[in-house]
Amino acid sequence: MTEISNVVDGLKPSGIRDFFDLVMSMDDVISLGVGEPDFETPWHIREAAIQSIEDGFTNYTSNKGMPELRESLATHLEAEHSLDYDPEDEMLITTGVSEGMDLAMRALINPGDEVIIPTPCYVSYNPTAKMAGGRVKNLNTEPDNFQLDPRKLEEKITDNTKILVLNYPANPTGATLDEQTLVEIGRLVREHDLIAISDEIYSHLTYEGEHVPLPTLKGLRERTVFLNGFSKSCAMTGMRIAYAAGPEKIISAMNKIHQYTMLCAPTTSQFAAVEATRHGAREIESMKGEYKRRRNLVHNRLNEMGLDCPLPEGAFYAFPSIEATGMEPDEFCRQLLTEEKVAAVPGTAFGPGGEKHIRISYATGFKLLRKAMDKMESFLRDQTPIEPDQAREGQPS
Amino acid sequence: MDELLELLEENGRASVDELAATLEMDEDEVIEKIRDYEENGVIKGYKTVINKNALREEQSTPVTSLIEVNITPQPDTGFDEIAREIYDHPEVKSCYLCSGDYDLLLRVEAENLNEVAEFVARELAPCQNVHETESHFLLKSYKEDGINFKSSTPDHRLTISP
Repeated sequence: MTEISNVVDGLKPSGIRDFFDLVMSMDDVISLGVGEPDFETPWHIREAAIQSIEDGFTNYTSNKGMPELRESLATHLEAEHSLDYDPEDEMLITTGVSEGMDLAMRALINPGDEVIIPTPCYVSYNPTAKMAGGRVKNLNTEPDNFQLDPRKLEEKITDNTKILVLNYPANPTGATLDEQTLVEIGRLVREHDLIAISDEIYSHLTYEGEHVPLPTLKGLRERTVFLNGFSKSCAMTGMRIAYAAGPEKIISAMNKIHQYTMLCAPTTSQFAAVEATRHGAREIESMKGEYKRRRNLVHNRLNEMGLDCPLPEGAFYAFPSIEATGMEPDEFCRQLLTEEKVAAVPGTAFGPGGEKHIRISYATGFKLLRKAMDKMESFLRDQTPIEPDQAREGQPS
Repeated sequence: MDELLELLEENGRASVDELAATLEMDEDEVIEKIRDYEENGVIKGYKTVINKNALREEQSTPVTSLIEVNITPQPDTGFDEIAREIYDHPEVKSCYLCSGDYDLLLRVEAENLNEVAEFVARELAPCQNVHETESHFLLKSYKEDGINFKSSTPDHRLTISP
């Protein structure tokens, strides 16, 4: 008898585990592998958390989360996007977007339901769908420059398809979708009677044009579980706090699971989130400006050194192709680490479409980023006697 | 403030191609803009921020003093003329007109304590319109011009995270 359930036994271990162990065994590594901001949580947000502890708020809150947090989030969504959610019945405070994603999958999936997940994608989506009993159908967006092509999406949809997972701006590619594409995708969701789970955690970090939340599109509010939070925009990842907004029926089903598994999101973090929602806007803007500068630097340097990289339009990742080097991502990252002490994440960790890529996080100070780019350039010079111009030929355009 | 100036204020040695890439501008455009700023006096110079505490012992460490000065403004020129008399001395590295209990705040740098004392006694205090000075010798610099002199705060993040 094996003790472990078949579902869990069948899950692939995280693709970056071995690499992680190797990185941890080395000193003085410049890491471009970090999926969280390098800024500190703004002091007034930390202070709100500390104050709540001093005031003795260390109890449970309502399952759905503190009313003042849900209300301030509803006000924020209304003001920023004209999104109208009832804080009482249509919002749920979760322990990070990861919990929200898990709750939504478990609340919606019946065994055998198909879940379409465009890839490369965040590492948790595929396992979460599988653990909920869903059948994962990945749609590789690499050939389309990581854009989700509505025609290819339609080809994937069958009678058994129930859910479409979206994450724009995207981890690991930094891709965003333009409004026209979103409208097309929205039409498919409606016509095929699907539900979209939209992880928009990087929405505040959109550098080209305005971010369009999925539920703002015609007829999508009733078909979307909208997931968002302040982890990335206010640099508070470890606080594990986020929210879900959606139709009452789905939110109430998610809350059913949430009340048995999580009970409520951490109270201290909820106080921090109230402060972030009400007064975080200024810091978000200044961090965004800094990320954009870094993005420009990284994008420019990567292409200059011969690693083909489309302009990332959001989040804080670049996802260049390393095909020109003739190396596999795992080998590339391992050698870059041992020879230059620069850590990047192999694209293979993010599912189909990452086989020729690496993920570079630019959530690292400008100076260090410049140094890392210099080191990568010297690494490439040693590895490949290919001229940058030649390297770019033979790339998928 | 213009983003180009912000970047140069942070790092006066930033290269033109890096500035151009970061700001999504042409290199020629960057060169021209910097020249304009230099010519019309917005950019007054480029300098190095030195942590003097970190100088090795064999090198002498200059002494810095912040000096508050009370002066009598003049009918026509106000504070400007007297300020000029004072800031023209090479020991005066910065000179500001301030609101509050005193009028001018000087940053004076010299080889040693005696030289600063000499400057105050011989040059500053005898000035006709200077009627009060108060010197504060700096003991330690923690931060200067946005640059933290202590090593940066430790990065608590995991080196690799999804």
